[in-house]
Amino acid sequence: MSEVAVPEMMMPPPAMPAAFQVEKPVPGPGMGDFSYVGIDAILEQMRRKAMKQGFELNIMVVGQSGLGKSTLMNTLFKSKVSRKSVQATSQEKIPKTIDIKSVSHDIEEKGVRMKLTVIDTPGFGDQINNENCWQPIMKFINAQYEQYLQEEININRKKRIPDSRVHCCIYFIPPTGHCLRPLDVEFMRRLSKVVNIVPVIAKADTLTLEERDFFKQKIREELRANGIDVYPQKEFDEDAEDRMINDKIREMIPFAVVGSDQEYQVNGRRLLGRKTKWGTIEVENIAHCEFAYLRDLLIRTHMENIKDITSSIHYEVYRVRRLNENNTAIAHANGTGQILS
Amino acid sequence: MTTSDIAQGPFQVYPQSVPQSVSVKKGTGQDKNARPLSLSGHVGFDSLPHQLVNKSTCQGFCFNILCIGETGIGKSTLMDTLFNTNFENFESSHFEPKVKLRAQTYDLQESNVRLKLTIVNTVGFGDQMNKQESYQHVVDYIDTQFESYLQEELKIKRSLHNYHDSRIHACLYFIAPSGHSLKSLDLVTMKKLDSKVNIIPVIAKADTISKSELHKFKIKIMSELVSNGVQIYQFPTDDETVSKINTAMNGILPFAVVGSSEEVKIGNKMVKARQYPWGVVQVENENHCDFVKLREMLICVNMEDLREQTHTRHYELYRRCKLEEMGFTDTNPESKPVSLQETYEAKRHEFLGDLQRREEEMRQMFVQRVKEKETELKEAERELQGKFEQLKRLHSEEKSKLDEKRRSLEDEINTFSKKKAATELLQGQSFNTNANLKKDKDRKKSPEMEAKDVNLTCDEATNQNHNCCFRNL
Repeated sequence: MSEVAVPEMMMPPPAMPAAFQVEKPVPGPGMGDFSYVGIDAILEQMRRKAMKQGFELNIMVVGQSGLGKSTLMNTLFKSKVSRKSVQATSQEKIPKTIDIKSVSHDIEEKGVRMKLTVIDTPGFGDQINNENCWQPIMKFINAQYEQYLQEEININRKKRIPDSRVHCCIYFIPPTGHCLRPLDVEFMRRLSKVVNIVPVIAKADTLTLEERDFFKQKIREELRANGIDVYPQKEFDEDAEDRMINDKIREMIPFAVVGSDQEYQVNGRRLLGRKTKWGTIEVENIAHCEFAYLRDLLIRTHMENIKDITSSIHYEVYRVRRLNENNTAIAHANGTGQILS
Repeated sequence: MTTSDIAQGPFQVYPQSVPQSVSVKKGTGQDKNARPLSLSGHVGFDSLPHQLVNKSTCQGFCFNILCIGETGIGKSTLMDTLFNTNFENFESSHFEPKVKLRAQTYDLQESNVRLKLTIVNTVGFGDQMNKQESYQHVVDYIDTQFESYLQEELKIKRSLHNYHDSRIHACLYFIAPSGHSLKSLDLVTMKKLDSKVNIIPVIAKADTISKSELHKFKIKIMSELVSNGVQIYQFPTDDETVSKINTAMNGILPFAVVGSSEEVKIGNKMVKARQYPWGVVQVENENHCDFVKLREMLICVNMEDLREQTHTRHYELYRRCKLEEMGFTDTNPESKPVSLQETYEAKRHEFLGDLQRREEEMRQMFVQRVKEKETELKEAERELQGKFEQLKRLHSEEKSKLDEKRRSLEDEINTFSKKKAATELLQGQSFNTNANLKKDKDRKKSPEMEAKDVNLTCDEATNQNHNCCFRNL
């Protein structure tokens, strides 16, 4: 039996400011207000807990070699997070098969700690025969889901299961200016079902604005034609407000990005950019490239949403499939043919 | 690097301060493989807590309180006062046959936070003559909530974030203000519940105890709890922001509270209070009672921690015990990790095998019994047969004896008939020879002949008798 009682507070406590600095509301007779209960203090409690626990983020970058993946990662996180910076060897040989290499870093900003894992896939799309190049990647992603699942169904579980699931996969499209290649289509088609894919046009400083727009439109058409649902997925919009925001994003993907980890002097300010004979491309200038949009999407506004979709949708899909096939396999092994509910 | 005018667009931009060089947090035990790194600029993921909070605000929060205490001790009034509303409750009678739990769910909202509050009241607790079963209903209720969460978690197709979490996050145990010590029912109940739920003991109707008595009462209660090994909820002291206040509050437990939904005018304000002829007890006056402290601790400071403890400690304990009881383990005898389903299937297989074995046993027993019965019956048959043979033998013996007798009789008859024939012949002869003498001897022979006739007739009669005997045989 449930009843609804919505009390109108006579004097509302200090409202939540737009910035994420929350003042702890102080209740008590000193304020001269006895109608305040203090339920909204739970937001502050949650924030405190989140800060104490820290966050985890796992990003995978996929694309042919030479498209600037490592540089982009370094630019995004303003530090040397990519594999190349970590590896001791300076020689870069294209591996014969696709390697999956992940590097983790602890970073902190304003008291917020995050464990960032960048998963690199050198060798993707670099062979002569690229059929099935998505398989190792698919296997890796599923292995992470599997590891989480095994932890979850343990009897003695850890307090906080370490989350190594791939939250987001950034796919680098080479700036041909025409349309998607069969490799791109195939990869994105298969992987959009298991992970959030964010396609980006790499090295976008080789395209003029018109070429860029044309290219983006072609890509969007092709994605639609092939039924590829990239992040933000249309079906996971929660309400009208969400849909509005996400629609605006969907009209802009794929983002045309330029990465750089070197600073140059522009108009008296030091900015990240690429210096060429004909000018300096400012990475964070939206007139020049869309890096800022990508950064905002990934980090500042939609990170929690990305992690949410991974854990509550992609992971659950994997879990359902896995538990079902476990059932049928065991049932067949026993020769009973009976399926557990 | 100023960024405020650069990143505009469809995204909300958060005001960023001038980026400072961020200190490197040396491996805070997060991961041995992760290297600490310093950022050379403002990235922006410090908005993460805000994103998290936003998401939770949209979803709403859920909090479940269980109130245990005797009837009339002031549970409903305290809930009304705590949440500043009038939850419509009706008074319960003292004559409940057993303890019932009544749960009511309310949707509260304060500024932009929506809370789904469930208050579970124990009806009839401590009213029965025999209170042995009182706590069992409460324990069962708590276990049922854990069980339904566990079931949801184990489902194949599950929807955990839509699931209405009904597990009890906090249990307010109302202690009667006797001023002396805890009742045995209180101790027993709290001991049973301390591993299942966060217990916060409160002294109800604290306006009936004086200050000095209250102090002694509190000390007595805490020492009794400690000596009986009851683990009540301790406010967490590991976070610097709240550790000071929490430690202080841990020393004031149990809170002595007074609840009231009536307002009294004090000075120029209306405050919640209870009016007596000798004065007014103000609920929110910290000198009068600990109500404000309770509200602060329960709601403002530790609500999230209560929820977390319920999920990570009490629920995990329940889950572990339940699964182990069902026979699941994490590792099989070869110390290889075993999946839940493998274990389940193995158990099922075992069970079926067991069933089959028992069926076999029963079948064999049945067959044996049948054999035994068969041999018994054969025995009986043989006996009967024996008897029959015996009788038959006797019979044939009798018959042969009788046959012999018959033959001997027949022999006698033959000889007699021979004799008779001979005699008749002789008589005939003698009659002819004696015909001359007959007239003389007529008178002499006739009685002889008559005698002979009589003899003959006698013999005939005996012959006839013999014949009759034969016929009778």
